[in-house]
Amino acid sequence: MRNPFFTSLSDFAKGRDDKRFSIEEVTRYFLSRTESLNASLNVCLSTNPNAINRARQLDARLARNGAQSPFYGYPVMVKDNFEMEGFPTTCASKILSGYVSRRTATSVARLLSLGAIVLGKTNLDEFAMGSSTENSAFGPTKNPWNPARVPGGSSGGSAAAVAAGLAPLSLGSDTGGSIRQPAAFCGVLGIKPTYGRISRSGLVAFSSSLDQIGPFALQASDALEALVAMGGRDPLDMTTDDRDPSEMRRDFQTTEIPGLRIGIPAEMFGEGLDSSIRDRLGELRDSLAGSGSREVAVTLPHSRFGINVYYLLATSEASSNLSRFDGVRYGFRVKEPADLRAMYEETRDRGFGDEVKRRILLGTFALSAGYQEAFYRKARKVQALIRGDFLKAFEQCDMILTPTSPSPPFAFGEKTGDPLSMYLSDVYTITANLAGLPALSVPVGLDSQGLPVGAHLIGPPWSEGRLLKVADKISSLYPMPLPEVHAGHPAGFREGGLK
Amino acid sequence: MNLSRSDVLHVARLSALALSEAEVARMTSELSAILNYVEGLATVDISGVAEAGETLAPTPLAPDIPAPSLPTEGALAGAPDRSGAFFQVPRILEEGR
Repeated sequence: MRNPFFTSLSDFAKGRDDKRFSIEEVTRYFLSRTESLNASLNVCLSTNPNAINRARQLDARLARNGAQSPFYGYPVMVKDNFEMEGFPTTCASKILSGYVSRRTATSVARLLSLGAIVLGKTNLDEFAMGSSTENSAFGPTKNPWNPARVPGGSSGGSAAAVAAGLAPLSLGSDTGGSIRQPAAFCGVLGIKPTYGRISRSGLVAFSSSLDQIGPFALQASDALEALVAMGGRDPLDMTTDDRDPSEMRRDFQTTEIPGLRIGIPAEMFGEGLDSSIRDRLGELRDSLAGSGSREVAVTLPHSRFGINVYYLLATSEASSNLSRFDGVRYGFRVKEPADLRAMYEETRDRGFGDEVKRRILLGTFALSAGYQEAFYRKARKVQALIRGDFLKAFEQCDMILTPTSPSPPFAFGEKTGDPLSMYLSDVYTITANLAGLPALSVPVGLDSQGLPVGAHLIGPPWSEGRLLKVADKISSLYPMPLPEVHAGHPAGFREGGLK
Repeated sequence: MNLSRSDVLHVARLSALALSEAEVARMTSELSAILNYVEGLATVDISGVAEAGETLAPTPLAPDIPAPSLPTEGALAGAPDRSGAFFQVPRILEEGR
């Protein structure tokens, strides 16, 4: 259900400045909607007790000074692997129980400095490891379109929050598809920018060379403004680039659909793709051609090794990054361990869930003596080939179109017994992370079962503005409905009581 | 490749994870299945290919400028166990040694 106040960020700013509503009214609306729906959807792990106070202060200051940014008073939700000073950060893991952050992630701090209001922190697969949000220590998030289906993952809570109208904007992190796949499953827009566009400082690290932060939104222009607000150099993350993030706004304005060359890799429309998704994308390809863009056949011959490479590199980095969770300085610690070694080993065994342990073990193995050459180093070389395929393809086209996910949102428990089949749900998204490229998922309507379908656009480095312009066009061709979620009826989609 | 029970125990020790018997059995089969899949990489010809850099461009180093860091009380605020200004952990050395 759309909120009764505004349709986009710029519409919010106008309504706010014209006094059509107060920031407090808007904040109360989203918080009360969250309160009534969270029991059935399990989207939020915590809400911000200071949100209303902050809204009042912003209203008071607005009366005196006026607003300097569209984000002034704008409500957002943040995945619970972003640090916010004074707030719990759980990463949906038992091992961080009781942990309170001592700093704020740069991305969140930049939105806060413009006046945004964080409403709450959203559910995820533990440490962002998963594709369904079923790996959360706090139970899974339900897909607002059908509560028997997963919302995707790992940023399932943030995607569901925007789809269910609990917030107009949310933040997620994407290491192998963790923004784009849940965006597709929940019928919202999600973008993972170029590696280095947004500071990762304060994002709890999973795989540092692949992790990127990005927004979920209903409008391409809202996602664009969020990227511009969060992007740019940060001395706390030396992998951030010097480029001026406002270049994305310029590219968004100047990109034209007529003449645009859209690359179609046959590899990603073949075997393993659900026919209903192939049909939706076929219609989209026709519509884009009707709008004047041109299809170009491209080939990404090494992309079929993306999953192989990812599950060696990402797990290797994770095994190192997660070694800091040892029960010494914060979070969970087992009671009365026999000795120091037992304290580490038992704390980690009981604090981490299955998928996290599986990945730590796999990564440790890939880096261990005798296997590093055959696994980790080989994977790094194939990563170079995957990157090379993309650079070659972008000599012929402006961006590449693929499905976001090979299947529609699956049922709870469908893939939890078989880790490998869960991994394969990231087959189309994972290579953009391995190549450091920007990519987004935009809804293209519903499949035959009434479940959302996403189209995936991958662009050359720093092409976020162009990708979002095409996503904006796609949204105008396929106006996306929102699900009706009714409080207290976890299994139903009747008209909600809030209007 | 298939991992043996002792391979898994070795990797679990390197990972500082005390796996239960049931976990060792499950991880042995699950990790073997995953490794058998990722080993598909063996079919890729990588002769003459250099490893990918971690990022698109080389990462510059941060200037080395001293700055205040987390104060002691802040650092200890979440400690499961502390003793004065220190984190407390189980004894490592026996008394008198």
